Amino acid sequence: MRTTGVIPSRPKRRLWFGSGIGRLNYRHKQRLFIYGGLLIPLLYFVVIRILPILYSFNVSFREWGMLSPDKPFVGFDNYATLLSDSLFLKSLVNTGIYVVVGVPAQLIAGLIVALLLQQVVKLRGLFRTAYFIPYVTSVVAVSWIFRWLLMKNGIVNALFIELGLGPQSFLYSPSQAIFWIIAVMVWQNIGFQMLIFLAGLQNIPKLYYEAAAIDGATGWQRFVHITIPLLNPVMLLSVVMASIGFLQSFTQVLNMTGGGPLDSTISVVLHIYNLAFKSFDMGLASAATVILFVIIFMLTLVQLKVLGSRFQQE
Amino acid sequence: MSISAAWADTRTTLRWKRSGSLISYGLLTLGLGLMVFPFLWMISTSFKTLDEIYSLSLIPSRVTWDNYAAIFQGTPFPRWMLNSLYVAVIATVSVCVFDSITGYILAKFTFWGKQVIFVLILSTLMVPTEMLIIPWYLVSSSFNGMDTYWGILFPGLISGFGIFLMKQFMESLPSELLDAARIDGMGEWGIFLRIAVPLVRPAFATLCILTFLGSWNSFIWPLIITQSEEMFTIPVGMAFFSSEAKDSSNWVQIMTGATLSVLPLIVLFLCFQKQIIRGIATTGLK
Repeated sequence: MRTTGVIPSRPKRRLWFGSGIGRLNYRHKQRLFIYGGLLIPLLYFVVIRILPILYSFNVSFREWGMLSPDKPFVGFDNYATLLSDSLFLKSLVNTGIYVVVGVPAQLIAGLIVALLLQQVVKLRGLFRTAYFIPYVTSVVAVSWIFRWLLMKNGIVNALFIELGLGPQSFLYSPSQAIFWIIAVMVWQNIGFQMLIFLAGLQNIPKLYYEAAAIDGATGWQRFVHITIPLLNPVMLLSVVMASIGFLQSFTQVLNMTGGGPLDSTISVVLHIYNLAFKSFDMGLASAATVILFVIIFMLTLVQLKVLGSRFQQE
Repeated sequence: MSISAAWADTRTTLRWKRSGSLISYGLLTLGLGLMVFPFLWMISTSFKTLDEIYSLSLIPSRVTWDNYAAIFQGTPFPRWMLNSLYVAVIATVSVCVFDSITGYILAKFTFWGKQVIFVLILSTLMVPTEMLIIPWYLVSSSFNGMDTYWGILFPGLISGFGIFLMKQFMESLPSELLDAARIDGMGEWGIFLRIAVPLVRPAFATLCILTFLGSWNSFIWPLIITQSEEMFTIPVGMAFFSSEAKDSSNWVQIMTGATLSVLPLIVLFLCFQKQIIRGIATTGLK
C-alpha cells in the first residue's frame, strides 16, 4: 500500500497566530483534514462502543435490580450466582450444541453447494441467486415461516407421513427442537457460506489441478490435497464468523420456540435477554454478557491460533 | 496407446464429465427447491382463504387479496413499514458518509495513532452486541431515548464493518491520482468528494445495501428500545403479532406479514445482487 506525501513539504514552519486558514501550509491542511474527518467517528466509537463495554463490566459487579436502588458493589457474587444457576448452565450447554452442530453443518453445506456450482456452467447465476436469497431476508419472518411449515398439521409433516416417517412433533419435541432451529439457521446462511467459498475456490490456480491430474491423482485426492488446504484461509474466516454467529443464537430461538419446550432450546443470549428485560436484573445479565464475551474472545483466539498455524504449515 | 483406445478413453471421460454435471444439476435443483419452497409456501398461504390454509396444495383454488386488505386496514403494519424504511434510510446515509471518510483517511494517509485507531475499530467487531445492549438500554432510559427514532437509530449510525470494507476499497485508489489533484491545488475535501468518492461507487452500493438490509432486519435492539406499537419496526411488529396469535386462523395474517417484510428485500437484492455479491466476496477474501 502506498500512502501520500510525495510532495516534499517546506521546512517545518510554526503555525503563527493570525496566519489564517488560507496561509496554512500543505501539511497543516492535511493534518486538519485527517483529524477533522476522524473526529466524529472516533467520538462515536468511544462513546457508543468502548465506554458501554467498560460500563457493562461495572454493572456486572453490582447488585443492579429493581429492588436495589443503591446498586451496591458485590464483587463476583453475580458470577457465582450464574454458575450455580442450572438454567444458565443449561443455556451454556445448549449454546455449545448450537456451535458444535451448527458450524460444521453450515460449512459443509456451503462447501458442497460451492463445489457443485463450480461443476455447472449454465444457470449458474440462477442457482447462486436462489441459494443466496434466504440470507438477505428477515430472520424473524423466516422463523415464523418455518414454524408454519413445521407445525403438527403442516406441510413438512404431510410430506413425512407420505414418506412413511410418521408424524413428528418437531419444535414441540424437547429432543428434536434444537436441531430444527439449527437446521433453519444453516438454511438461512448457506448462501453466504457458498459465496465465501466460491470466492476462495476461484483463487486456487487451475494449474495445480492440471498438474495433479497428469500425476494421476483422483478427484477425491485432488480435493483433499489441493482444494481443502488452499481453502484454509477462507475456512478460517468462515469458522470464526460462524462460531460467533451461533454463539449469539437468539432471534430464531425466541421466535421459533421461545426457549422451550422444557428449556431444551434456550441459548445464552436468550437467557441474558430474559434476565435483563423480563426480570430486570441488570447485574446478573451483565455478568452473563461478560462470560459470553470471554468465551467468544477465547474461542476466536484459539481458532486463529490453531487454524492459522495449520495454514502456515501448508 | 492406439488411436482407437485414446478415442475410447476420451469418450469415457466425456461421458463421465457429462454425467457428473448431470448429477450436479440434479442436486443443485433439489437444493434450489429447498431454498425457494418456504417462500413459495409463504406467498401461497398469504393468498389463501381461511378454510383453505391447511390444504396441501401450493396453488390456492381461489386467490384472495383479503389478507392484504386486512393487514393494511386492521393492523399497524403500514406504520411499521414506514418506521423500518425511515430508520433504515437514515442509518444507511449516516453509515455511508462517516464510514467512507474514515475508511479513506485510514487507507490513504499516514499519521500518528493510525494503527491504534484501526485496531480499536476492528476490535469492537468482536464484542457481542448483547454486551452493549444493557448499557445502551440503561443510558437510553435515563435520557428519554426509549421509544424514539433516535433511540432505535443511535447504535447503528457508524459501523466498524463498513469502515473496514471502505478501507479495503479505498486502498486500491492510485495515490498518484490524488497527488496530481493536490498539485493542481485541490483541497483535501475536494479530492475526497470529487475523486475518491466517485471512483469507489461500487463500494458505496455494497455498503448501502448491506446497511439497509441489516437495519431493516435488525431485531434485538428495536425489540428492547421500542415499547408502543406505533414505534415498532417490521421485525418487532411481526414477532409481536405472531406471538399474540391465539388460534391458527392467524397464520394467514402472519404469512401475509412475512410476505410483506420479505418481498421488498428480495426485490432489492435482485436489483443489486452484483454489488452485494462482489462486496461480500471482496471482504471475505481480504
